[in-house]
Amino acid sequence: MTETRTLPTRYVTHPGELKTSSGRSLRTDEMIINMGPQHPSTHGVLRLEVVLDGEIVVDVIPHIGYLHRCFEKHAEHMTNYQQVIPYCDRMDYLSSMNNDWAYALAVERMMKIEVPPRVETIRVIMAELQRIASHLIAVGTYGIDMGAFTPFLWAFRDRERILDLFEMTCGARLLYNYIWIGGLSHDLPPGFVDKAKAFCTYFKPNIKELNDLLSYNEIFVKRTANVGVLPADVGINYGVSGPTLRGSGVNWDLRRDDPYGIYDKFEWEVQVGKGERGTLGDCWDRYIVRVREMEESVKIIEQALAVLPEGNVQAAIPKRIRPDSAEIYVRTETARGELGFYVVSDGTASPYRLKARAPAFVNLSVLPEISRGCMLADLVAIVGSVDIVLGEVDR
Amino acid sequence: MYELLHDLLGDSLLVYVIGAALPLLFVLPFAVVAVLLEMKVSAHMQDRVAYMYTGWHGVLQPVADILKLLQKEDTVPAAADKFLFRLAPFLVFMGGYAGFAALPFSSAYIGSNIDLGVFYILAVSSLAVIGLMMSGWASNNKWSLFGAMRSVAQIISYEIPSALSILVAVMIVGSLNLQEVSKFQEGGIQNWIVFGGPMPLLQKLLLLPFTITAFFILFLAGIAEVNRTPFDLPEAESELVQGYNTEYSGMKFAIFYLAEFANMFLVSGIVVSLYLGGWTSPFGDVMSGPIWSFFWFVAKGMFFVFLQVWIRWTLPRLRVDQLMYTSWKVLTPFLFVCIFAVGLILVL
Repeated sequence: MTETRTLPTRYVTHPGELKTSSGRSLRTDEMIINMGPQHPSTHGVLRLEVVLDGEIVVDVIPHIGYLHRCFEKHAEHMTNYQQVIPYCDRMDYLSSMNNDWAYALAVERMMKIEVPPRVETIRVIMAELQRIASHLIAVGTYGIDMGAFTPFLWAFRDRERILDLFEMTCGARLLYNYIWIGGLSHDLPPGFVDKAKAFCTYFKPNIKELNDLLSYNEIFVKRTANVGVLPADVGINYGVSGPTLRGSGVNWDLRRDDPYGIYDKFEWEVQVGKGERGTLGDCWDRYIVRVREMEESVKIIEQALAVLPEGNVQAAIPKRIRPDSAEIYVRTETARGELGFYVVSDGTASPYRLKARAPAFVNLSVLPEISRGCMLADLVAIVGSVDIVLGEVDR
Repeated sequence: MYELLHDLLGDSLLVYVIGAALPLLFVLPFAVVAVLLEMKVSAHMQDRVAYMYTGWHGVLQPVADILKLLQKEDTVPAAADKFLFRLAPFLVFMGGYAGFAALPFSSAYIGSNIDLGVFYILAVSSLAVIGLMMSGWASNNKWSLFGAMRSVAQIISYEIPSALSILVAVMIVGSLNLQEVSKFQEGGIQNWIVFGGPMPLLQKLLLLPFTITAFFILFLAGIAEVNRTPFDLPEAESELVQGYNTEYSGMKFAIFYLAEFANMFLVSGIVVSLYLGGWTSPFGDVMSGPIWSFFWFVAKGMFFVFLQVWIRWTLPRLRVDQLMYTSWKVLTPFLFVCIFAVGLILVL
């Protein structure tokens, strides 16, 4: 066997003078440890520079950008507005439908396009199915973060059913390019409504099963309650949105508060954290909001399927989409929170500027604030409960 | 067993070699079965089917896995302490394996019939901590070091409840020799120590709550000592990547796994010998004898191995402070009460 070359550990400066990237010197007992970019529970290529004192987290500095794909610059250089949609898919790859819808909505509002009622209903169905799929991943991987492997696979089993529905609709299982400006790429295939209804009936008992296995499990509650408490005012100051903010008891959901689509026609409730098992705004609250939102989404889907009108799936839009010089900011509620598109048009066939306000990016910014002083294991719990998708953080 | 070999072969080195290698005949096949059990049980709990292609329902997969691991390149990190890095897995395995010497597999077989049986197992199996610590330190990896520190803290704190709960059974029997303990429980399921042992009825009923408590705590502490969920903090993959064995690959990694599975059975073996009658048949004299007693011991042991697998794939993991809390503030006080009460009942 050949002997490998010995590389002694070298320090650039004296170990006593090691500094964190924020410039703070380390105290004697502290140690810097890199969590990620390849770490099982950073949910992607997030790197957390963690200053640890034993098991206690003294400071966290998130480093992002490992998955930066120049989404905004790409969008400006497309030959037309339609071509941006596949890129939107790839932002938050767990809720592609919602991303497409947000972008399509921005362009439609800019051009004052009215979409047919069938399109509106299908969009709601797709967005809510996607929300369930995304929350299933959030909830399932959160189980893994806590050391419970089984809920993850149960969640994937159910998500598979949703992906099958998407596949039969548009052929793709992850990146759909389904919601287009002024309509949809395809109409629903025959048999979709029945299958979607069957999914709803199948899925409802599974949420209860998941609750029995994970949500109300004593160890799980102990691990997540009173951990990573995000007070409502801090959350609002940081611009946190979505289930992460609702977990702190803020009753704010853009589907209701800044209506788009036809959400106002359906009966559903905005779920907020109530601090049932610990402090208001802890990891458990954020987690349970997602579980309950899945139930609400099922309600919306069932109602939407019942009223699904017949008709065209493409509005009459100009062949070349050239909005007049204008700017618009449109925000929608994706599975992670407020996804906003700020589109500036200069009258040409592609956006002059396209800025995406990604909820995961904004939600991640609150991480150092709520994780100082917790244990290393709690840091994993907090990162999981904020539910980031690195594709969207970095764009 | 040692005495028998000694009589057969005289005073030669061969006696020691054969005596030491005999449990391997059990441990290696057991590890293969346990890997399969773990995979299949977890798969069926998770609506999967696991391996299906290697042999009938994938039964040959563990063998294939071992072959694969044997062929893998044996990498040692450049900045590791090479000697300790290579030594560590063997120390970890040795800790668990040496314990098998004093496990009474059958009424006719016990590796070494020493009077301090349980005490010896406790002492030897905690040697594995040194191996874990060594692996974490030698890897020169912060995550590994974390895992090692955690495992030391965890195993040392759970040694207390497990020793105390062993003490409860030992007090009832009056012997540390596991063969004696098993013999003491002969005569059917009602004589097992978990049900109060072969005592007069009143005494039995009085003992019952305490023996059951001690039995559960022993099993819990055992799971904690073999680092399995919900106490798998040293190798918490979602926190510490893979804990102390992050940097290990190939056969060294396999030896860590072998050690884990050997420990799983060792823990089950201790629980079974002390509280569930060891190799005795649950039906009194029916189905007893050396062969049957081996069957009963392994069957009971496998049941507890299954239980550990079941628990692992159901529960989330505790946090470090909660783990310590459970050990020092819940299990240990309970056991003090148990020991006090059992002592009182036995004296009166």
